[in-house]
Amino acid sequence: MTKRFSWSQLILLVVALVLAAIWLAPVLWAVATSLKPEEETTQLPLQWFGSEITFDSYALVLGTGGIVKWAINSTVTAVIVTFLTVLFSAMAAYGFARTQFRGQRVLLALILAGIMVPPQVLIAPLFAEMVTLGLVDTWWAIILPQVAAPLIVYILVKFFQDVPPELEQAAFVDGAGRWRVFFTIVLPLSRPVLAAVSIFTFINTWNNFLWPFLVSTDPNTMTLPVGLANVVQGTFGLRYAQIMASVVLAGLPLLVVFVMFQRQIVRGVAHTGLAGQ
Amino acid sequence: MTTTVAAPPTAAPVATPKVRRGWTQHGMVFVAPFLLIYVAFLVWPTLLGFQMSLSSVNIAGRNNNFVGFDNYLEAFGDPRMWRSLWNTVVFTVLSTIPLVFLGLVFALLVHNLRFMQWLWRLSFFGPFLLPSAVVSILWLQMIYPPDYGLINGTLGTDVLWLGDPSVAMWSMVLTTVWWTVGFNFLLYLAALQSIPHHLYEAAAIDGASAWDKLRSITLPLLGRTTMLIVVLQLVASLKVFDQIYLMTGGGPQDSTRPIIEYAYDVGFTGYRTGYASAVSYILFALIVIVSLAQLRLFRKREEVAS
Repeated sequence: MTKRFSWSQLILLVVALVLAAIWLAPVLWAVATSLKPEEETTQLPLQWFGSEITFDSYALVLGTGGIVKWAINSTVTAVIVTFLTVLFSAMAAYGFARTQFRGQRVLLALILAGIMVPPQVLIAPLFAEMVTLGLVDTWWAIILPQVAAPLIVYILVKFFQDVPPELEQAAFVDGAGRWRVFFTIVLPLSRPVLAAVSIFTFINTWNNFLWPFLVSTDPNTMTLPVGLANVVQGTFGLRYAQIMASVVLAGLPLLVVFVMFQRQIVRGVAHTGLAGQ
Repeated sequence: MTTTVAAPPTAAPVATPKVRRGWTQHGMVFVAPFLLIYVAFLVWPTLLGFQMSLSSVNIAGRNNNFVGFDNYLEAFGDPRMWRSLWNTVVFTVLSTIPLVFLGLVFALLVHNLRFMQWLWRLSFFGPFLLPSAVVSILWLQMIYPPDYGLINGTLGTDVLWLGDPSVAMWSMVLTTVWWTVGFNFLLYLAALQSIPHHLYEAAAIDGASAWDKLRSITLPLLGRTTMLIVVLQLVASLKVFDQIYLMTGGGPQDSTRPIIEYAYDVGFTGYRTGYASAVSYILFALIVIVSLAQLRLFRKREEVAS
């Protein structure tokens, strides 16, 4: 690519700026609204900035709402789900890709078939199961069903199949066992794909709504999306600056994570094979 | 001991440890933890759900009588089921087209720009990172309100974005495209970055224009990615629930209620869990049909390609 100025780059830049401005506008509007004095949030004609910039709404939301507690619940459940999903899926994928045992093909077929089962259609039986197990309103009810992620196993099986067998052989010759080979050779080699899988599992879990919404009715176990949906419709009434402050606070963590890890995320997507190359 | 170490590494074929005695059960140990959770929380509820769809069970687990296929027969004669199924199909078609097309346009744009990559990635992918509750509240409270909402306020229009039955579905599509196009954008961007550079260099030597390169190198090489994105998108759109439930609750006049919300409504609010399971399984069947059809299409294309 040439480094000098070109008209085509300028045109692309202008188009991208316009599209980015449109795409960012709702988020910027939320931020702008959250910084206005409450009584100016519905003023007409629309103003991007109020008479002053105030953080009162943030102070009120953080002081009174359960938003901090829900953020902690979301973080804890998402971290546990991500850890268990990646660990168990990687182990299973390794078992399928690199070892042989009786019934292997049937089990793998069973797991691949599971990719087609949308979790959303299982809400009624899963809920009944949770009632039977006495797990409603516990973190485990939120966590366990999300760990059963056959797509992750599939992605990792594909990846592990391409790990050169020579790397394992050398370790076996040196007397390493299966577990050691798995943890010290295969997993480190798979870091990019594991990172991508972890990030997307984390995003999905953090943002999941329907299932946590059904199994957590206790404000103490609610995740951020559930707590936000419940409370914003109830207690805040029409206090838009506070509503938007909650929205900004709830949206911020993952955006920060993304800005920090964006290169790895894009590269990771390529590594999962999801990009189809 | 020394003799084995002395063996040159090239003395293949080395007996693979797979078949060595004592290894054979190890595989099962690796698979077991996942399998346990998978069977308990995916296979079992799938079977249980089917059993429930053949019963008159309610949310409390009571009144659990076997009714055969009565629930399915009732669902097929239920206009609200058909309406919600139709809404789901309409939403899927209306959302998939712009989500795939815009994802591609954004990715091509960003891939060809040399400046400020982080800004474009954040702008187009950022919304995907927001929880559905955040997106719904934002659009419901600040973007769509007829008087002081951002769209009407900026454009000077007075559209009832969520109150008009003929507009509400389009509003749901608009919000969804804004929210989720980032995922497809990212998949396309990753695919674009893995196209080998030398193809373009060779084309440039042959005097190909930017348009020629796009048409004869980029787009054909994105074919597989596009098929994958279409599959993922169709299935994702068929499962729509969050934003519609949170923004319109299915209204106005049932014009946006998707089938998952109908299943939720009859199962969790209306207490008819058996009937809700039957409705869920109708959607499940639709998703399986779409997935299998796509899979076949995939296979055919690949056979042609190879």
